[in-house]
Amino acid sequence: MAYDYEKSIRPGKLPHIWCPGCGHGIVMKGLIRAMDTCELDRDNTAVVSGIGCASRLPGYLDTCTLHTAHGRAAAFATGIKMAKPDMNVIVVGGDGDGTAIGGNHFIHACRRNIDMTYVIMNNSIYGMTGGQFSPCTPTGAKASTTVYGNPDPTFDISKLAIGAGATFVARGTAYHAVQIDKLIAEGIRHKGLAVIEILDDCPTTYGRRNKFRSVIDMMKRLKETAVPVTAAAKMTEEQLEGKVLTGVLYNTEKPEYTEQYAKLIKRAQGA
Amino acid sequence: MAKKVALIQGNEACAQGALYAGCSFFAGYPITPSTEVAEVMSIELPKIGGKFIQMEDEIGAIAALIGAALTGAKALDSTSGPGMSLKQELLGYACIAEIPCVIVNVQRGGPSTGMPTGPSQSDMQQAMWGTHGDHAAIVLTPASCQEIYEETVRAFNLAEKYRMPVQIQLDEICAHMREKVEYAEPGELEVIDREAPSVPPEEYKPYDASKGLVPPLASFGSGYRYHVTGLNKAADGFPTTKAELVDAEERRQIDKIMLNQEDIQKNEEYLLDDAEVILFAYGSTSRSARYAVNELRKDGVKAGMFRPLTMWPFPEKRVAELADQAGAIVCPEMNLGQMVREVERVAKGNCTVAHIGRVDGEPINPGQIIDKVKEVL
Repeated sequence: MAYDYEKSIRPGKLPHIWCPGCGHGIVMKGLIRAMDTCELDRDNTAVVSGIGCASRLPGYLDTCTLHTAHGRAAAFATGIKMAKPDMNVIVVGGDGDGTAIGGNHFIHACRRNIDMTYVIMNNSIYGMTGGQFSPCTPTGAKASTTVYGNPDPTFDISKLAIGAGATFVARGTAYHAVQIDKLIAEGIRHKGLAVIEILDDCPTTYGRRNKFRSVIDMMKRLKETAVPVTAAAKMTEEQLEGKVLTGVLYNTEKPEYTEQYAKLIKRAQGA
Repeated sequence: MAKKVALIQGNEACAQGALYAGCSFFAGYPITPSTEVAEVMSIELPKIGGKFIQMEDEIGAIAALIGAALTGAKALDSTSGPGMSLKQELLGYACIAEIPCVIVNVQRGGPSTGMPTGPSQSDMQQAMWGTHGDHAAIVLTPASCQEIYEETVRAFNLAEKYRMPVQIQLDEICAHMREKVEYAEPGELEVIDREAPSVPPEEYKPYDASKGLVPPLASFGSGYRYHVTGLNKAADGFPTTKAELVDAEERRQIDKIMLNQEDIQKNEEYLLDDAEVILFAYGSTSRSARYAVNELRKDGVKAGMFRPLTMWPFPEKRVAELADQAGAIVCPEMNLGQMVREVERVAKGNCTVAHIGRVDGEPINPGQIIDKVKEVL
């Protein structure tokens, strides 16, 4: 039997705004499955986003949804989680939103290890504004603002998250659709800040400028560059050249922020 | 029983007023001369089970503020000039999404880093027009520690009642001076909580104009699942570009303030009945103005003072009446001409309007005001 996504989608809100071939819809379905797996109470779950194509995702979900300003989703979400720690808080957004304009909020959410799940759809481009380069656009790639090739080095979002203090970091791709919900579910269950980076595609504004003639070409790129961490352990450095590791990249336990604050309240109250 | 009194700073009075109003959440970022508000909240909030968070920057602070307010918390943020400039985008977000919250701006010299420890009143037009797009604003300008305490309670009440961000504009003098403050007993001052929806969740629309100019706001986690966005939206909270819907929502959000001005306006009128020259003064400058009025009266000059506690929306009606009554309105301000523009606009040439501006980090003293009044007369 086909999976029933519609019970999680707000009536009348489809079709979505994403272009044919965009991976964001695949990620949304993965998120819906993960929320079901974790049996999240939709009355007590907030899905928060910034601005951009990926950030339109919350509007489709039948839960408490907050579409904020560009880059600020993690900070809005932090306010929700602090004020109401029993609420499940999920942040979704793109690479530009999360690591350029929102980079400061992203690293500090990681540092606090506040119990939220941040699903970041990395399609290496600013799609909504028509394809300008982001901090995740490969060096040399073409964007509407790098017609001579991108001169900028790139962020590795997962490494950035680990370095900043996130305690669960996983990476998947829009091609490996069945893995997405498992990674997100693991992130939701994790106590602390979980970052799930999903390598995504934007055929409309990235693909057509970078010799990916079709959506299938873009998907093939995701398929071919991804190497599961388990497989990578048996591969040589040479074999791993140009590849991207997928799966759970980092998983550790550290004090969670709202729990630490609850202890602070007890100290302040002299308990 | 004797009332609890304390000798405290304006900034501390602001924090105490917030706690009286039921504030349970503070988000901020350190900045002179506002930091004491944050420091007091960091000590006091945990004692009552509230939350204090020092965010990574001023933008993050107002973002967290809005997030917390959406869960039902009464939320406070304090900052100063440079921080307020950073917050402008999200101030507009709180306006369009109609999220109640209170932001204190302790004004210091500017522009830019300016004079962090010097007093100023040069963010007065920014408070109204700083964020982009058409919107209404509620901005309060208390002038003493007792008044800061009470006006902070009123700021929360207005935020909750009208579902919008309310700004309290202090200046460094008011914020750092110490005065006796009498704390109110529980129940003594009115405390307003936002109206929660009465309809079942499936019928709830967060911007339903049929529920009045200020539709009820459901808290996240209270059983109401709905969408909040900074885009122009329809009654159900979802984005729309339909001209008539966008227009109606924009107008409602301004009408809810402009049509309720009688409730929102507050001012002090000092010796105005027979006044021929009126000082339009606010914040710490009004303290010099009051002294100047008394001195001028001793010299036989019929002087008075109009002191807005609600600066925005601007008290147009009353200032227009005063412009008809008086020969001159003199506006002392620690800026080079901000609120005087409004006085001039409203006076429509019916009286002389003069300005005393000072931006050297020193307060305007009564002598300066007296000299100007005598020059105008």
